[in-house]
Amino acid sequence: MIESYIPLILMVTLGFLFAFVFLILSEWMGARRVTREKITTYESGMVPFRTARERFSVKFYLIAMSFIVFDIEVVFLYPWAVSFSSLDSVGFWAMIVFVIILFAGYYYELKKGGLQWD
Amino acid sequence: MNWSLLIIEFLIKAIIILTLILLIAAAFGVYLERKVSAWIQNRIGPNRVGPFGLLQPFADVIKLFLKEDITPSAADKLFHRIAPVISLGVALSVYAVIPFAEPFEMGNRTVYFALTTPDVNVGILFILALTSVGVYGITFAGWSSNNKYSLLGGLRSSAQMISYELSMGLSLVGVLLVAQSLSLQEIVQKQALWNWNVFYQPLAFLIFLVSAFAETNRAPFDLPEAEPELVGGYNTEYSGMKFGMFFLAEYANMFTSSLIIVLLFFGGWNLPIPAEWIGLEHGSFWLSLLQFFVLIIKTLFFVFFFIWVRWSVPRFRYDQLMYLGWKVLLPLALLNLIITSIVIYFLR
Repeated sequence: MIESYIPLILMVTLGFLFAFVFLILSEWMGARRVTREKITTYESGMVPFRTARERFSVKFYLIAMSFIVFDIEVVFLYPWAVSFSSLDSVGFWAMIVFVIILFAGYYYELKKGGLQWD
Repeated sequence: MNWSLLIIEFLIKAIIILTLILLIAAAFGVYLERKVSAWIQNRIGPNRVGPFGLLQPFADVIKLFLKEDITPSAADKLFHRIAPVISLGVALSVYAVIPFAEPFEMGNRTVYFALTTPDVNVGILFILALTSVGVYGITFAGWSSNNKYSLLGGLRSSAQMISYELSMGLSLVGVLLVAQSLSLQEIVQKQALWNWNVFYQPLAFLIFLVSAFAETNRAPFDLPEAEPELVGGYNTEYSGMKFGMFFLAEYANMFTSSLIIVLLFFGGWNLPIPAEWIGLEHGSFWLSLLQFFVLIIKTLFFVFFFIWVRWSVPRFRYDQLMYLGWKVLLPLALLNLIITSIVIYFLR
């Protein structure tokens, strides 16, 4: 049983190995004529202005946080959906209640403006 | 369990599949994109390299390998190198769970047209997990370049991908409720003949289609690479084959998305008529081969659709994109899930 998962691991290894070979080949085969101007940061021909590691919109954080909340819930739904036919009515109604509570949370976030992008 | 036989079988299949992805998905995909865009815009398109320009993608790859590989001095060297590896590695690893046809009998053993057997009941979960890992490649690329365009492109892209991943995951729950399995082979087998999931789950299909466009960063959701404002987005500071790897990953992802759409909603490799009508038995090699070609033809239609949309639909604005993801698709996906489960519960 467990050995049928081995191709999965092998393919992931092979996929990343393949990509790694591409990386090495690109660095090895490419021309190399480095000048100082060539390796400065591209900024549409202007002289680079400060660094890019500065503060950015907090909206991205909010999106990421909402994502985690909903994604965990999606993960809960998967085993429930797969074993749906073997569940009794308790299993069915429990998930309906869960989704309704989740919907209430979603509605709250919506009205609070947490999903508003301006 | 004979280990060396297992490894050899795996390697043969893996080499066939990798060649197939690189030939069909990447090379032919890029060619198709350029030819179709030329056709839509009333141009000729590539026609110099080889007959009808068919060898153009190979010439491009050789050119990309020979180009100078520039790492900006301000960039984080390690993450700048890792990012394209993650993008391409994830795009290729997904094929570990994708089946291409029914298994066939050879001598006294069953040969599967996939890397894993159907008892690996994680197919869809594995694909979703790898999609989430794929976000890292783009985020790293954007952050490590230490370029304002790259950072903004990377941030936008990761926010967009995680937003649409939710609706994508939720729309799949509807399919799982119908199919009762996470394994793609079983999901396809339950759609025999014209029992396609798209007839039972039309809303889930629409949500999945739109999310697939956003997940692969294709137009009309190609905000991360919006040229007029962000130059090249997260791959501004990449050159040579490192840029090519992001490019290759994008086309491989487009092919994978089309393949998954066909497998989940359009009957996968199932023939439109019973196999007995054309004199082929279940478990024979020729039937499997025919099914494989049916699957590829269906998939190429969706690849064409992806390209068609890119060259006909204008780009969304970022707030419209977020609005569509969070305020339209997410509640619709939840609604679809509730309605599906109630219908199935009361029908049985």
